[in-house]
Amino acid sequence: MTKADIVERVCDRVGGFSKKEAADIVDEVFDSMKAVLETGDKIKISGFGNFVVCDKKPRPGRNPQTGQEIMIEARRVLTFKPSNVLKAALNEG
Amino acid sequence: MTKSELIERVAARTGLTKGRAEMVVSTIFDSMTEALVQGDGIEIRGFGSFTVRTYKAYEGRNPRTGAVVHVPPKKLPFFKVGKDLRERVNGKRNPAQVRPAGEKVEAERKKSAGSRTSPRRRDEKLSEDVI
Repeated sequence: MTKADIVERVCDRVGGFSKKEAADIVDEVFDSMKAVLETGDKIKISGFGNFVVCDKKPRPGRNPQTGQEIMIEARRVLTFKPSNVLKAALNEG
Repeated sequence: MTKSELIERVAARTGLTKGRAEMVVSTIFDSMTEALVQGDGIEIRGFGSFTVRTYKAYEGRNPRTGAVVHVPPKKLPFFKVGKDLRERVNGKRNPAQVRPAGEKVEAERKKSAGSRTSPRRRDEKLSEDVI
């Protein structure tokens, strides 16, 4: 499934939009989520899951190809924690 | 931010009514859920991709009591963050971060240029790893 498929579903189920309008609105939803996550805030979508921004501490790492030790810098990563509802839906049947 | 706050933001920015914005946002997550239930992956450019991963059964332990618990096989959704969003979340948009990517493109071009460049390829690869 790609964004184009999602746009099609929005057109079919919500109705009253041209393809272009629906595409712009779907883009706005993902752009809004990106803008919020960029600020470090998390997003909770009930029934789907939570997008959480985590701060990672620096840690020593190793280049697996050369064996050379390097420091992995402190960074911020995004993780997705699926909701129990979504997990249950995947494991039905 | 919760789903209803996301709906409010989308409504404010698109001029849709809250009711219609809610229908759109719900349809997006409903259709994503349906795709995952069917075992289909989802790819949203610049945001990330969702895939379903299958896990085998294993013997786990209750961390509090130490009792052995059988964990049946299961499927879980897995989210891989897209490059654009990963960089934005990490707040690293400085030129130093952009440069290695540019070098990689350059190295890629040299690779396709022909076999003459192949002895140099290794050096380039190494320098990328160090970065």
